[in-house]
Amino acid sequence: MIELINIHRNFLVGEQTVHALDDINLSVQAGEYISIMGPSGSGKSTLLNLIGLLDSATEGTYLLNRQDVTALPDALRAATRSKTIGFVFQAFHLISRLTAAENIELPLVLAGTAPEQRHPLVNKAVSEMDLTDRAHHTPEQLSGGQRQRVAIARATIMQPAILLADEPTGNLDQKSGQDVINILEQLNRQGITVIIVTHDSKIGQRATRQLKMVDGRIESDQNLSQSSASR
Amino acid sequence: MKTSRSDIVRFSWAALKGYPTRTILMLLAMSIGVAAVVMLTALGEGARGYVTNEFTALGTNLVIVFPGYSETSGLNPIAMVGSTPRDLTLDDAQVLTRNTNIRRIAPINVGAINASFQARSREVPVIGSSSELLNIRHWELAQGHFLPATDLDRATPVCVIGNRIRNELFATQAAVGQWIRLGDRRFRVIGIMGSEGRSIGVDVQDTIIIPVASAQQLFNTPSLFRILIEAKTRSAIESVKQSTIAILKERHQGKRDVTVITQDAVLATFDRILGALTYAVGGIAGISLAVAGILIMNVMLVAVSQRTAEIWLLKALGAPQRQIIRLILSEAIMLSTFGAIIGLLLGELGCFAIRQAFPDLPAYAPLWAVLTAIAVSLLSGFIFSLLPARQAARLDPVLALRGK
Repeated sequence: MIELINIHRNFLVGEQTVHALDDINLSVQAGEYISIMGPSGSGKSTLLNLIGLLDSATEGTYLLNRQDVTALPDALRAATRSKTIGFVFQAFHLISRLTAAENIELPLVLAGTAPEQRHPLVNKAVSEMDLTDRAHHTPEQLSGGQRQRVAIARATIMQPAILLADEPTGNLDQKSGQDVINILEQLNRQGITVIIVTHDSKIGQRATRQLKMVDGRIESDQNLSQSSASR
Repeated sequence: MKTSRSDIVRFSWAALKGYPTRTILMLLAMSIGVAAVVMLTALGEGARGYVTNEFTALGTNLVIVFPGYSETSGLNPIAMVGSTPRDLTLDDAQVLTRNTNIRRIAPINVGAINASFQARSREVPVIGSSSELLNIRHWELAQGHFLPATDLDRATPVCVIGNRIRNELFATQAAVGQWIRLGDRRFRVIGIMGSEGRSIGVDVQDTIIIPVASAQQLFNTPSLFRILIEAKTRSAIESVKQSTIAILKERHQGKRDVTVITQDAVLATFDRILGALTYAVGGIAGISLAVAGILIMNVMLVAVSQRTAEIWLLKALGAPQRQIIRLILSEAIMLSTFGAIIGLLLGELGCFAIRQAFPDLPAYAPLWAVLTAIAVSLLSGFIFSLLPARQAARLDPVLALRGK
């Protein structure tokens, strides 16, 4: 599903070149549940952004569903993101002036889905995330856990094949964080490929596969399916 | 993948509502710009309308003869103040009546003299003319009769007085039939001018009108200040002008020593001057609209930097650069449109206030100014938002999502 071949991502900081990703080779199959761990600055988020087509590789090849998406033009990247990839961020990134339901609806609006088709999908998502009584509240009227559930609903409303979560529990208390992870795992069980960037080793251990990154390289790629089967 | 227009409008509307201070500031800038264009051009047009009305009120198909001649065409200020190398006389006026294209002639003589009735007296302007003056100038009588239709050279001791003179000299007494003294001569009041008898340069409410021959005697002068001629038709004006010049040239030993202007020429001159004035003030106000456009650009640039994370979230959710540009442009165009509408309303309200304060000034914004103001505001909103929109579309995703 995801094939990264000799990926490099360099940034120019002043006159120095920083190798954020250094010769990354990664293959992800559909339905996998992967955690990416590593210290700050190890390239976890850069890798996630690159997989999510928010960023482009300096060198190397990225195949998504066997299609080379390394140098797609902007419109095609956007279309691919819209159809294939959902994002969940640590800071939620909800639009404060829109209600929970309107935030969830946003990808459908941007995709040009007709209102009569949007509304049942939004209602279903709101119901699945247990947000029915909060649907018309703005983000500031919601708790952290509720905000992240809105963000997950928004990320999955287009029924993407891949869900990318960058520290999804970073701003949440333990209970809310647990709920969010449970939801992500449930989505994975429904067939969505889930890739989580996390600092939390407990969360990292729950995935079926764990990547450890150091200095822009994948230091270890560990299959945890046996241990996580007992979770 | 294309967001529908209604969704774009809805999204932009929510963004405008979400940042009320910014929205109000931009609306204010744009609406003041549009209102300025509307009001200033309305003032220019009002001034033009006012002058046109005043000149139209002088009479219809009017040709005016001044003593003295300048090579320049149109209105001659020197001639108007009476530089007279050769006098215009009553005989000149008499001869002109033979032209079949002329309907009426009113020779004019003016002066100022002391008027008195019993113990009351005051200095008054006096117009010496003929019975035709009333019709030529479209004046109205409030009471009595105007000057009798007699030969021009007959100095009948009668007068028609303005309403204010009547009030000042006669107070509550009846004026018609009474004798007043002008200088050392006595004149019988035969009529009172109506309230409508006001036109440019002359306030007939404050004037006494006597036969032209009487005025010549009173002021001891054989010359005329000017001759007012009413042509029979509009198309005859030019031929009346040319024949008047030819007749007077012949009578004055082959010298052209009069200036003949037509009402149309005067109107056209004022129309040109005031038209240019309207364009000038409209242009100045247009600059304020452009300034409002620059303000929109600045505020939109700030807005883009404030909403970096939101814009890149939209990208993360699948909005291509073109869609981001459309969203930002749509916000700016909505602002410009609302600003233009509010500005139009404010401008029209201002024009209404001007008309209420100065009823003689027809301060209505011309259609071209209204359309131009709307077009410029929309265009400046669009053009000045392109830069912020493009900047938004090119935001660095990684930095944006980190909120930097």
